[in-house]
Order: sequence, then C-alpha cells, then structure tokens
Amino acid sequence: MTSAPPEGIGIDATAASEPAVAPAPAARPRRRFRTHVFVFIAPAAAIYTIFMVYPLLDSLRLSLYAPVDGVQTFVGLDNFVHLLSDDLLSDAFWNAVWNNLVFFAVHFFVQNPIGLLLAALLAAPTLKGRSTYRTLLFLPTTLSVVIVGFIWQLIISPVWGFVETPLLGQSSTALVTLALMSVWQYIGIPMILFYAVLISIPDELIEAATVDGAGAWSTFWRVKFPLILPTVGIVSVITYVANMNAFDLIYTVKGALAGPDFASDIMGTLFFRTFFGFQLQQGSSTMGATVATMMFLLILAGVLAYFFGWQRRIQSYQL
Amino acid sequence: MSNRLGWLAPVVGAALVLAACGESADPREDTDAAGGGDDGGSSGGQVTLVMESWRNDDLAIWEDVILPAFHEQHPNIQVTFQPTAPDEYDAALDAKLSGGTAGDLITCRPFDVSLRLFEEGHLASLTDLPGMEEFGDVARAAWSTDDGSEAFCVPMASVIHGFLYNTAAFDELGLTPPETEEQFHELLGAIAADGTYAPLVMGSADQWEAATMGLQNIGPNYWNGEEGRQALIDGAQRFDDEQYVAAFTELASWAEYLPSGYESLTYPDAQNLFTLGRGAIFPAGSWEIALFNEQADFEMGAFAPPLPEGQDTCYISDHTDIGIGMNAATEHPEEVRTFLEWTTSAEFADLYANALPGFFPMSDHDVEVDDPLAQEFLSWRDDCESTIRNSYQILSRGEPNLENQLWDLSAQILNGTVQPADAAAQAQSGLERWYEPQQR
Repeated sequence: MTSAPPEGIGIDATAASEPAVAPAPAARPRRRFRTHVFVFIAPAAAIYTIFMVYPLLDSLRLSLYAPVDGVQTFVGLDNFVHLLSDDLLSDAFWNAVWNNLVFFAVHFFVQNPIGLLLAALLAAPTLKGRSTYRTLLFLPTTLSVVIVGFIWQLIISPVWGFVETPLLGQSSTALVTLALMSVWQYIGIPMILFYAVLISIPDELIEAATVDGAGAWSTFWRVKFPLILPTVGIVSVITYVANMNAFDLIYTVKGALAGPDFASDIMGTLFFRTFFGFQLQQGSSTMGATVATMMFLLILAGVLAYFFGWQRRIQSYQL
Repeated sequence: MSNRLGWLAPVVGAALVLAACGESADPREDTDAAGGGDDGGSSGGQVTLVMESWRNDDLAIWEDVILPAFHEQHPNIQVTFQPTAPDEYDAALDAKLSGGTAGDLITCRPFDVSLRLFEEGHLASLTDLPGMEEFGDVARAAWSTDDGSEAFCVPMASVIHGFLYNTAAFDELGLTPPETEEQFHELLGAIAADGTYAPLVMGSADQWEAATMGLQNIGPNYWNGEEGRQALIDGAQRFDDEQYVAAFTELASWAEYLPSGYESLTYPDAQNLFTLGRGAIFPAGSWEIALFNEQADFEMGAFAPPLPEGQDTCYISDHTDIGIGMNAATEHPEEVRTFLEWTTSAEFADLYANALPGFFPMSDHDVEVDDPLAQEFLSWRDDCESTIRNSYQILSRGEPNLENQLWDLSAQILNGTVQPADAAAQAQSGLERWYEPQQR
C-alpha cells in the first residue's frame, strides 16, 4: 500500500546514477556517457513506477474524491474532515492508530533488544555451532504468516494447546499476544542486521579495549554499541514502517473485524474493511483511500522524524 | 551485449509493451461463437449457456446430477456451470458484468448485493416468470425490490438453523432433545454436571457464529419471526424492546456451558471438537450436515430452537442464501428463461435437495429428502413459521452496519464484556444513527 521504502534501501539507486551526473572534472579523462545504466535501471524503475508510485499517487488523489449521486466528485479535504470528526469513524480510526502504536511498541521494546542480545551472543568469538543457531533463529522469518498464525493459535489454544487462558479471545491480551507472535516470527531481521555490523568491527578495537582493561560488559557498551548506533536507527525505522503497515497476521488470526470488540483492530484491518467492505457492509474506495492516506502520512511523519531527528545527528564511524 | 546494439534494448522493451497493449483475441471465444451460432442457424438447436456461481464445492453435483437432468429434457440447451472462488465471486462478477463477459445465468447473493446489480441493469426482471408463484413472500424477499413489486432472481436454496446433538452422548446420559428453553437449560446442566462432554460447542473468536448460530438461531422465537423483522424495518419495534433484550439474555446464559477458553475458540475448532465427540450439542446451520456426516463417527440428531416460556408457536431461521437470475445482456433470453423456469419445478427441488443435504429448496413443492438429518431440519418448516436473519434486509445499509454490530455484540455477550440490555441499546442507537424509521 502506501509505504515509503525505508532509508538505506535507496542506496543502490543513488550509487548507480552517480556516473551519469555532470561531466567529470577536467583533470580526469572525460568519461563516456553510460547509456546502459539507464537500460539496467529501466525495468526496475518502470515496475516500481507502475506498481508503487502510480498507485500511491492515485490513492492520494482518490482520497480527495467522494461519490455524489453515483459520480466521483472532487470534494477537497471533506473525507479527512469526516474521518476525524464523525464520532463513529474517528473512534474506529483512533482506536486503530492506538493499537498500531502498541503493536509497534511491543516490537520496538521486545523484538529489537532481544534481536540485539541474540546478535551479541552469536558474535561471541567462543560460540560453537554459530551457523546452526543463526539459521534456526532466522528460520521463522521465512515462514508464511498463515503458518505462523495457525501454529501459534494451536499452541496457545485452551482446547488443543498448553495455555489455559484464552489469550487471543480477551480484549486485554489479544493485541499483545498477536504482537508477540509477530516478534517471534521476525526476530531474525534485527538479529541479522546487528550481527552483520558486530562481526565487521575490527578485532584491533576490541583488543585495544581489552588491553585498556575493559571487561566484556564495558567493551560492549563503550566500544561496540556506539559503532552499531546507525544500525539501531535503521532497525527502528524499518520496524516502524513494517508495523504501521501490518495487516496480514491480524487478518489471518482474527479476521477483518479484528476482535474481540476491535481490540486488535489496526489501521491495516480498518483500511481493509473500509475499502473492500465486509459481509453486508459496502466498501467505499474513496474513504478507504482516505484511511490509506492517513497511514501514509503517519508513516511519513515517523520516517522524517527519524531522518532529521536521528540519522543526521548521530556520528557514523568509518571502520 | 556490444555497445553498438545497446540502443536496441529500450526499443525492444517499448515494442514489447506496445504489443502487450494490443487487443488480444481469445481463441476460445471464436469456437464458442462458431459452435453456438452455426448450430443455432442450421438446426434451430444447440445454445450454450454459462452459469456464474460461487459454489465451487458443488461443481461435481451440478455437472453430474442436476444439469444432465435438464439436458435430457432440453437437448437444444447446453448449460455450463462455471464457478469462481466464493470470496472473489462478487468482485469478479462485477468486473465481468461491466465488461460484458459475464455468463448468461447469474447465481445471486441475497439482498443488497443482487439488488444493486438489478438497479444497475445487470440483472433482468423475472417478475412474470412462470413458476415464480411457487415461492412464498419470505423466499422472494431476498431477491425483490424493497416494495416487493419486482423480482429478479429465482430463490434456489435456504439454510435452516437449529441444534445438532451427539446421539451417543445423549443415550449415554439418558437425555432426550428439549422442547422448551427450561428443558434445554436442565439438559445443559445435566451434561455439565456429568462432565464428560462440553454441553454446548461454540466459540466466540470468529464472532459470526455468536451472531448467526447464536442470536439469529434462537432469536426468531423471541421476536416472532417475520412479524418482528418487519416491525424493525417499519420502525414499529425497537432493538432495545424487551423481546430483543430477552434474546440477548438467553444467549448470555449459554456462556457457562461453552467449552473452557471459548473466547479464543474459532469456528473450525468448534467443528472439530464436536465431530471428535467431545461435545454434546452444536448450535448449527443446516449447511454443516454434509461435512459432519463425513467426519463424525457417531449418530447425530437435530432439534429446533427450544421454545421460551409461554410461547407456543415456534419460529425458525430459514435463511435465503442462494438465488439464480438472468444476465440482462444475455444473447439467449428465451433459453435462459426456460432454464430458470425449470429451476422452479418440483424436479429441480428434489434433485437439489438430495444432492446437497442441508441446502433446502424454497419452493412450496413437497420434497423428499433422503438424509435423515436434513429431513429433520426440513420437517420444522411444517410446524414452525419461517423467517430470515433480521439484519439482512435494508437494516445493514448504513453506518454502523447492523450485521457487523450484531457479530460484535453477540460475541461480547458470550464473553460477558457487555450486558444484554447494553447490547440491545447499542444496536438500537446504531440503527437510530442512520435509519429514518427508527429515528421517530
């Protein structure tokens, strides 16, 4: 739907187009204009434009229209005013936003620290069977959400599983339970990102710290952690974007009504019901587009906050 | 790639894109047209009709049982059953109808979905179709305009709500099916006291069962079926009137007899629990019959919703589910009408009911059903008054949607997170928000 690609993924594009920018300084020999660069970029750019950029812009456009006597008519920001002022819709919307933030918070405070811990353990030089652990921990990420939802539903089912409490059936526990299912599945992503940075830290730095008398604990916090701070930022923003766009797990496990009593309703499921309709409820493409636009704006706000408030201020070290 | 040929790539790419944009001719269409047209011209014979449906489970039954019977009597008309997956059907049908590629016969969803197709001119009027008089008002309501003046689909099948029970469990505990709600509660108490079986097998996780197999199953006895349903539409009754609160209260009393952890029990969980023999009673819809016959290795019986105290007429939810109509753009309206007329016949009713036990024809013909469970469900039509789910006609057109609200409220009633009177009040205020007759 409406997601901006997380920062850092755009690197390829800038790197690839660089040679095409301006003639090189006179000191260097003039380089030929590289036509093939465009040829190689074209398929991806075309597909991205057709399937991402165009639909995104069109859904932004659609949110400014509404059917009046059966004809799509330009209504300005009326849909947004309606979404935020109508007691029924705005209740549903803010409930979804709040649940979304809770869903994100669980990932942020549980998934990412545990991912970091696992990465630190994996990067420990004395660990045996490292690749086995790495594979096992990353494996759930490659599973289908449907399978993850199904398996966990069985495991924590009071009828077939091990848990007496109906965790997925109570409004107080349903959302956090779903978030933890998702944490279990995606723990491999932050783990592998942190791990990649941790093993790239030169041994000299660690050795120097050891010689200076630092123990494992202070080596980690004083030497390693500052070096992986940029990755902490990237992992956070990826978590934010992925969670604000979340939909599949909740839809699979709880259905589009995201019960009980909308306790697990997030923006993705709200969008689904609004846009496509549900059972006897008729869908509204324009109001659906309005919800989608709000999702886009919230995600954009988060990404911009990250970009200006974090990424530009922290220091990266060239290792 | 050599540099001299480098310029070719974008050109070839562009050419491919252009080629893809060209009008494509599907070779199958030609053969179809040729087959239908030529034969039609030469012998005045073969016409092929395509039937759109979401019942892909029933493909074999249509191809092997129902359609051959029709072809025998009308050798000049060939009907092809062409189903789409249920959850894609509405969208796919919409697209095909707008694009002019939809089949001649359209399987109709009940109420607003089909009404919209009729109003947009995609479904032809069938008000004067011979055979339509075989259907009662309730059956026709699902495919008629709000004032009942125009009909646009032939009612094909309905599903009946009731309770299925495990006969072995009943025999073991020396129990008999209840007739009144008092007996029902005694029975549930006895099963609970014994402890071997879950008295009532249902969960509230999927929400719709609580509303459909719970509230809409027992509710008609409280709001007197059609009388109450119409009164809600007219605005003569309100959803917070005592009969609706009473229905919610009865539903709430089920909570203590449901399996432990029912709040997270899904519909397939409940089906499995019952067919594995771990439960005694399953609040059901007749569509379960075929699957349960296959999966359960014990005898099953069925009883109609027990009567509340002081009630002597019984009401059942005999919900109109499937209809069949004519694509207004069909090239063979005469043949389509011939087929539709056949679907109103006793012969069709008999074939359909026996091929699909649990889906019941809605015509007034006497139908012999072989399956004993289906027979039991069908027999209630003789003693009880039929009605349909009260949220389906008109009342789910606005925001909030009454059907969605009843799912949510019924599930919450079972979970104990809302009280019956509050649930009724919430449903009423939802209706008052947009439905004029309820605003007075």
